[in-house]
Amino acid sequence: MNRSLAFLPVAAFVILALVMWRGLYLDSKELPSMLIDKPMPAFDLTTVDGTSVTNDSLPSEPFLLNVWGSYCLPCLVEHPTFMRLSESGEIPIVGVNYRDQKALALNWLEENGNPYAFSILDEPGRFGIDLGVYGAPETYLVDSKGVIRYRHVSVLDETVWREVFEPAIAELRAEEGE
Amino acid sequence: MSSHLTSQVWLRKFRFFSFLCLALSILSVSLPRLSFAQVDTFEFETQEQQKRFRSLSDELRCPMCQNTSLSGSTGGVAEDLRREVHRMIMEGMSDEQIEQFMYERYGDFIFYKPRLKPETILLWFGPLLFFLIGAIVLVNIWRKAKRMDAEPVVVTGDSKSRLDALFAEHGRSKAVAKNSNE
Repeated sequence: MNRSLAFLPVAAFVILALVMWRGLYLDSKELPSMLIDKPMPAFDLTTVDGTSVTNDSLPSEPFLLNVWGSYCLPCLVEHPTFMRLSESGEIPIVGVNYRDQKALALNWLEENGNPYAFSILDEPGRFGIDLGVYGAPETYLVDSKGVIRYRHVSVLDETVWREVFEPAIAELRAEEGE
Repeated sequence: MSSHLTSQVWLRKFRFFSFLCLALSILSVSLPRLSFAQVDTFEFETQEQQKRFRSLSDELRCPMCQNTSLSGSTGGVAEDLRREVHRMIMEGMSDEQIEQFMYERYGDFIFYKPRLKPETILLWFGPLLFFLIGAIVLVNIWRKAKRMDAEPVVVTGDSKSRLDALFAEHGRSKAVAKNSNE
């Protein structure tokens, strides 16, 4: 028999080991979004204050879309980052109040501060389904044309901001060329 | 006498018990979802619609909870998606259209049975591939073994004289090794 065949098991082992090694570092909880590079789903809803909003109400520059709820503890963890961003005016933030109650949402904003340009009220979670949301918090980076460019699942803290969002936003702004 | 009887009774009990275990394990494998089904208050016009709702919410996976079907999950998003499935069935959408709706929002993850496409070919046919590799290796080993059995063992020169000496030492006839001598 061919002598080189003797190395086949070794090769197979190495390939399998590499695949499994990579598998160790994959996060099965972070699902890829289906909406990357797709326009934000159409909506005709109201904000938590009762103003009506559609896609035309969205900022005409890159912005963050943050899915939050008053019941959501991790949202409180990332809240200071959004407060800082809105105070420094680094990037506009639009909220999606997901599967919450209007009164509780307003109360939460009163208590913790409101970093959002506005918060879309999505009590039944229907807009969340169109976005492919599976739980708060989630944060999307949307470009000036309303196309979704990136999704982050779970807490967006200062580390995630620095390591993921800051470079992504810089790249997006460079691409859009002021 | 009485101890003999008791042991017979015990044997019967044991047999009954093992039969029960077997029956229960078969049942638990074949009906895994029944015990988890969520109670919903959806109304349907026909039995057919209800059946479709059940099978769809069994085949679609809750995006939030990793390994629970829509029908088995108490998660918020699963509740919303069950409501959507119900709405779409009542609006007369086909199963394919409903699956497409889910796919566009949640991707392959939403299906327990992922769609057949280039990215999922390995997932679908990987096991078959490994089975084929195993079969090829096994057949090769068998063939080799057969060939070795059929082939005469040729012993010459130094080995032959040593073999002859060994046979002589153990009082065996040289004739045994003779046919391998040609």
